Amino acid sequence: MTAIEISAAIKAKKLTVLQVVEDYLKKIKEQNDVTNAFLYVAHEQALARAAEVQAQIDTGELDDSPLAGVPIGIKDNISTMGIETSCASKMLEGYTPVFNAFVIDKLEAAGMIILGKLNMDEFAMGGSSETGIKGAVRNPWDTARVAGGSSGGSAAVVASDLVPLALGTDTGGSIRQPCAFCGVTGIKPTYGAVSRYGAVAFASSLDQIGPIGGNIDDCAALLSVISGKDERDNTSVIDKPFAFGDSTDVKGMKIGIPRNYFSNGIDDEVKNAVLSAARTLEEQGVIIDEFDMPMLDYVVHVYYIIACAEASSNLARFDGIKYGYRSKNAETLAQVYRLSRSEGFGLEVKRRIMLGSFVLSSGYYDAYYKKAMQVRAIIKDEYSKLFQKYDMIISPVAQSTAYKIGENIDDPVKMYMNDLYTASVNLAGLPAAVLPCGFDAAGLPIGFQLIGDAFSEDKLVTAARAFQSVTDYHTKKAGGNNS
Amino acid sequence: MKIDKALIDYLEELSCLSLSEEEKIRLTGDLESILAAMDKLNELDTVGFQERNHPFDGVNSFREDIVLPSLERELVLQNAPQRNAEAFVVPKTVE
Amino acid sequence: MKGYEVVMGLEVHAELSTKTKIFCACANKFGGAPNTHVCPVCTAMPGALPVFNRRVLEYAVRLGLALNCDITRCSKFDRKNYFYPDLPAAYQISQLYAPICKNGCMEIALEDGGTKTIGIHQIHMEADAGKLIHDPANEQTYVDYNRSCVPLLEIVSEPDFSSAAQVIAYLTKLRETLLYLGICDCKMQEGSIRADVNLSVRRPGEALGVRAEMKNLNSFKAIARAIEYEAARQIEVLEKGGTLVQETRRWDDNKGRSYPMRSKENANDYRYFPEPDLLPMQIDDQWIEGIRGSLPELAHEKRARYIKDFGLSEFEAGIITAHKNISDLFEEIARQSGQALESARLVTGEIMRMMNNTGILPEDLSLDAGKLAYLVKLVIEGKINRNSYKDALNAVFTRNVQPADYVKEKGYIIVNDTNAVAQAIEAVIAENPNAVTDYKSGIQKAFGFLMGQVMQKLKGAGNPGAVKAALTEVLGS
Repeated sequence: MTAIEISAAIKAKKLTVLQVVEDYLKKIKEQNDVTNAFLYVAHEQALARAAEVQAQIDTGELDDSPLAGVPIGIKDNISTMGIETSCASKMLEGYTPVFNAFVIDKLEAAGMIILGKLNMDEFAMGGSSETGIKGAVRNPWDTARVAGGSSGGSAAVVASDLVPLALGTDTGGSIRQPCAFCGVTGIKPTYGAVSRYGAVAFASSLDQIGPIGGNIDDCAALLSVISGKDERDNTSVIDKPFAFGDSTDVKGMKIGIPRNYFSNGIDDEVKNAVLSAARTLEEQGVIIDEFDMPMLDYVVHVYYIIACAEASSNLARFDGIKYGYRSKNAETLAQVYRLSRSEGFGLEVKRRIMLGSFVLSSGYYDAYYKKAMQVRAIIKDEYSKLFQKYDMIISPVAQSTAYKIGENIDDPVKMYMNDLYTASVNLAGLPAAVLPCGFDAAGLPIGFQLIGDAFSEDKLVTAARAFQSVTDYHTKKAGGNNS
Repeated sequence: MKIDKALIDYLEELSCLSLSEEEKIRLTGDLESILAAMDKLNELDTVGFQERNHPFDGVNSFREDIVLPSLERELVLQNAPQRNAEAFVVPKTVE
Repeated sequence: MKGYEVVMGLEVHAELSTKTKIFCACANKFGGAPNTHVCPVCTAMPGALPVFNRRVLEYAVRLGLALNCDITRCSKFDRKNYFYPDLPAAYQISQLYAPICKNGCMEIALEDGGTKTIGIHQIHMEADAGKLIHDPANEQTYVDYNRSCVPLLEIVSEPDFSSAAQVIAYLTKLRETLLYLGICDCKMQEGSIRADVNLSVRRPGEALGVRAEMKNLNSFKAIARAIEYEAARQIEVLEKGGTLVQETRRWDDNKGRSYPMRSKENANDYRYFPEPDLLPMQIDDQWIEGIRGSLPELAHEKRARYIKDFGLSEFEAGIITAHKNISDLFEEIARQSGQALESARLVTGEIMRMMNNTGILPEDLSLDAGKLAYLVKLVIEGKINRNSYKDALNAVFTRNVQPADYVKEKGYIIVNDTNAVAQAIEAVIAENPNAVTDYKSGIQKAFGFLMGQVMQKLKGAGNPGAVKAALTEVLGS
């Protein structure tokens, strides 16, 4: 059942909220060891909420909420009041927020039920969900492989149907790449469409929270719930939440396909699946046109300079004073700072903080940070020009399908290159939807992304719906069960 | 560029970290290879180009000067590793 | 100064008197139990985000216009990164690359009667840090974030000062301006205005010397002393053939000397970069002109008006405008009594005396202008005499009495009733035949005695002029 179907069944009294919640909790208990996707299961809170939500549904209070009664999993960098939010880091183990993220308030108001917190790369820094303190998330399609990252837990739980929907965050591809690796659907919204309030910041000018689900309609419904103006986020610039229709009409839409995204390094199977997805859309009336995106070669570099610079500052607040880990070995103030941070952060986080400190430091700022900001402007301009011509752009998400756990962990440069196809979207603040579009010979899922102009989510959802209306990749679930 | 020991020590200080020798060696190599890759940006001549630190061009997002309730102190201090009844506690900050 | 000249620049931090903090809606109040005016934003909890208070921008522009600055049309915030427990996010949101105001100036009066123009390099907006409370007993420090995110303006002057007197003149005028603009309460003892002095010495004509930044200057007196000390110290070092290092020094006012501050944990490399959580401010002419139009009258403008319109002396006008609370009080008394000159006399006389005696500071002064205006009217109209007036004023100062009731109870209202006067005279003449005889035989001082006796009978409420005339008449007949 899709998330929307679950809610409908509850409202039609074919199911109770409690049945749904207990059913999922049971599955999580039995199967979480397979993927290691849940860091924390909010068992008691979920059961209590189930009763509350059932009462609201019974009084008709939630009639207008298409996701009322639907369980959801939350990436562990999104603040949940009263539920541990650790960012998969030793630094925040045991940290329990005293306030909810904007999106959490929204989905609770919509009658959704949080089942727990999901594993990820430590502080969302990574593309494989291997760097968290509680170990790697395993891909439900092949548990020797990574789930992608950093929202690996969010994609894995949806792929293995441990929850119908999940929230992830995307700073340079962190929703889209795990969705592609796990064969699920996701949306990285336009920057400013979803409030970042309560999402533990990695890179403030890039981070965005988005939905991950089994199909585009579930994701769109969740995006409607979590989007909208938030007075507590200065960069929340949307007036009101998205409202998506049910159109599948893509006739006459112009979609650009960047020729050079398919040349060097990409696996043939991935390439063919993405190109075939383009043809599927073409068959439905989309006009496909090829172009070259010359800036592709610089995206990752710009992205890492900016993301690490902002991260080095954003993660400075973790100091062992106000919350989080304090080293037992610290006696002086300097030790409280330096030992707590050294013992509390993992290597990848330290690497990025060091890199960020470097690019901002006196003498190097102009050559690195300023330069990156200039190239960012060029990238943004390139996209603006493209969207004068095209309604959207179709692109691969990753060069390959999910790789083996441990395969890239020791080579940061190679790891960083994984963000090749995804990071420019964040640099330009654009929305993108990721959809499953095939499997490789080993049976691992392949995804592609549709990138739209700012606040063109409606168009993206229509095109995605059109694609899923004639394909069934999104209906396949990991771990057999594929009727 | 070459990352020497002095630079690693300096970045360690700026980042407020105490790295082990092993980590330092590791990160020296990592930063060198990352920065070598970054040098690709030098292919682009950006002299005089505008800078963009944000994805969009919005301006003037303000809050009115209206007081809202503060957080209950117990909640403020709830997650502190060391505290007393009213404040966070750290080792002395002055000699 | 052994042929040296002193070169100084000032960095003044002024806490703005907005209702809320700069980046969150917590109350902006001095004091309070530790950590009671705080929220996720000003304690930098993970995921909290700053939201900019529009009033802070307005106040910054007000000051910029009053100090003749250029207003930056696209101003931005930057992060200044360093680790210290009073800074919960480990970065201060401040302005480096596009501060709100630039290139201003202020004219100050010199001791020799001339004037000097001090350049204002820039004014920028930033968030204050929290407070650290040291407990020497157990070697711990307590962190209180009530002050975290209180809005500050940092006013950076050009290095245009060459004496302590100039520095004090500048600070006095800046303080006055902040008060008149209504943007800062300028209570030095509460730290709402703080000045750091950058000082170097050089031989005339030489390049600028190595400067020291002096901090912890908590009063004008301390500033003057610290300047004198630091100039002497630097000259001594140079005279002995030593070299100076650029450093920050902390002034100890009790010991009358300064000490180099231990450099903070990290080097002075603040890695400023544009604050990604806040959008730039785009300021248009219309908005600036609106603020310009609403600027209140500043002290020097008031002074000129008082002299021209009310006929006050320059001295009186100076005393009254030295603090906005005083000039506000003066204007209110003058307005309600319709007696500007007498009101000025009251403010510069009795009220100043009372403040000196009781140690009340201008910023804490709270008097009921209506009550004072009532008494001013009585004395001008001759309904009470000067002595009664002073006593009634004092009763208002100390006990906040109702002046109408008070003067009645005390019988201060001057009796113009001719019957009562005649009766009193009659009685006095009857009781003091000798004095009457003396007067009639030409002993003039006997008149004064009789006059006093009559006034006493009238309990001081007699109109001296009327009594004198009546007594002369009776004795002459």
